[in-house]
Amino acid sequence: MMLIPCPWCGPRNEVEFHYGGQADVACPRDPDAVSDAEWARFLFFRANPMGAFTERWMHRAGCRRWFTVRRDTVTHEIRPVGAEQERAVTV
Amino acid sequence: MAPRTPGADLPDHPDRLWRAADPERSYDVVIVGGGGHGLATAYYLAVNHGITDIAVLERGWLAGGNMARNTTIIRSNYLWDESAGLYEHALKLWEGLEEELDYPLLFSQRGVLNLAHSLQEVRDGVRRVGANRLNGIDAEWLDAEQAAEACPILNTSPDLRYPVLGGTWQPRAGIAKHDHVAWGLARALDLLGVDLVQGCEVTGFERAGDRVVGVQTTRGPIRAGRVALAAAGHTSVLADTLGLRLPLQSHPLQALVSELLEPVHPTVVMSNAVHVYVSQAHKGELVLGAGIDSYNSYGRRGAFPTIERELAAAVELFPVFARAHAVRTWAGVVDVTPDASAIMGRTPFEGLYINCGWGTGGFKATPGVGWCYAHTIAKDEPHPLTEPFGLERFTTGALIDEHGAAGVAH
Repeated sequence: MMLIPCPWCGPRNEVEFHYGGQADVACPRDPDAVSDAEWARFLFFRANPMGAFTERWMHRAGCRRWFTVRRDTVTHEIRPVGAEQERAVTV
Repeated sequence: MAPRTPGADLPDHPDRLWRAADPERSYDVVIVGGGGHGLATAYYLAVNHGITDIAVLERGWLAGGNMARNTTIIRSNYLWDESAGLYEHALKLWEGLEEELDYPLLFSQRGVLNLAHSLQEVRDGVRRVGANRLNGIDAEWLDAEQAAEACPILNTSPDLRYPVLGGTWQPRAGIAKHDHVAWGLARALDLLGVDLVQGCEVTGFERAGDRVVGVQTTRGPIRAGRVALAAAGHTSVLADTLGLRLPLQSHPLQALVSELLEPVHPTVVMSNAVHVYVSQAHKGELVLGAGIDSYNSYGRRGAFPTIERELAAAVELFPVFARAHAVRTWAGVVDVTPDASAIMGRTPFEGLYINCGWGTGGFKATPGVGWCYAHTIAKDEPHPLTEPFGLERFTTGALIDEHGAAGVAH
């Protein structure tokens, strides 16, 4: 069970959140200009590290806003990222 | 007469089913992962292809990963032709495996009932039954009354929040005892001269250019003509050491058992909508599984609310379960793909093969995987049944979307 720090609502039970996976995945600016392999990489391939992972969560049962945390995928320990990155809107 | 020391009359330790091998410096084939898939692959490499200079490397103890943690369900009622071919091949092998290994696997074809709780699920289920039959797989559509006949403890009352509207039924599906499967394979491999090396974690690969020529392990380097991954939830960690990115996400998948009970549950029941799947083991435990926990994790533990939801669904479907107790819960690390189908085949590295992405459903495929993966490794080309499951499909777009039939929400 995780206590997830929502930057707007504070630490809340994980059941209130929706998981968004890896953070900072940029959509190709011009999808027509990329190769099939690059497009596949954007659609389907994500980092899957054992250890620190920068990821997105959405406070579904609260403020319904997205944010970024850095979480260890073994210990589940969550460390906040810088305020700017935390509240950034992923493009 | 003087009292005997407690324990003095215990029998000797029984004969071991396999010897704990120390790693040699080199093998024709090194298989990374001593679970069901790794063991079955080694078995068919030896039996079908005459390759016995094999080491199966296991970082923990033999079959102590997801092979020890699954809910033992075996079925082949998948929607698409590619999946049907592979899973039905596996089921046919299961039907002869006890005899072939000369070892009791407690393989019990007690049927699997996949429930439908909405009109859309009814349509999907009827469609899947039709698709299964066209592929030569036994499948029937049962209405709610027939479902209750197949499983009398199932609550088919219309008063349920999500009433049972019917279900797909595969009579040849069932369960097997997962530990026995691993032990039967390990015993056979030992007799064939294959080295089963436990406590040997692979930490990286030996390379010559784009060719993989061995592995680095916690027990020293091992040269290998070919290296085959069968590491389930930890595949990404291994592939990352080569800079090989795979479309996998590792999640916790939880399961639990009740105390030993009299036989009450004659079959296997799965429900995608309310999310629980349950059978009763030979020994008497109710064995229940749920969906994955949503976040990435290698922690081998999940959150309690997942279990709570699963048990709420189970008690609604089976009111008699309200009197049972969950005595043990656990989690495994499962590697999930975007289309809920496995990835099998060659890699961009010569001499390196992958079998991964089985996510929540690898146990049922064990002998089929072994058969096809052994072919891929021995001949350096995909087995026809697994060719559609190659890594390329994520670039070509020829996905094999089995989210409907996979039975576990991803």
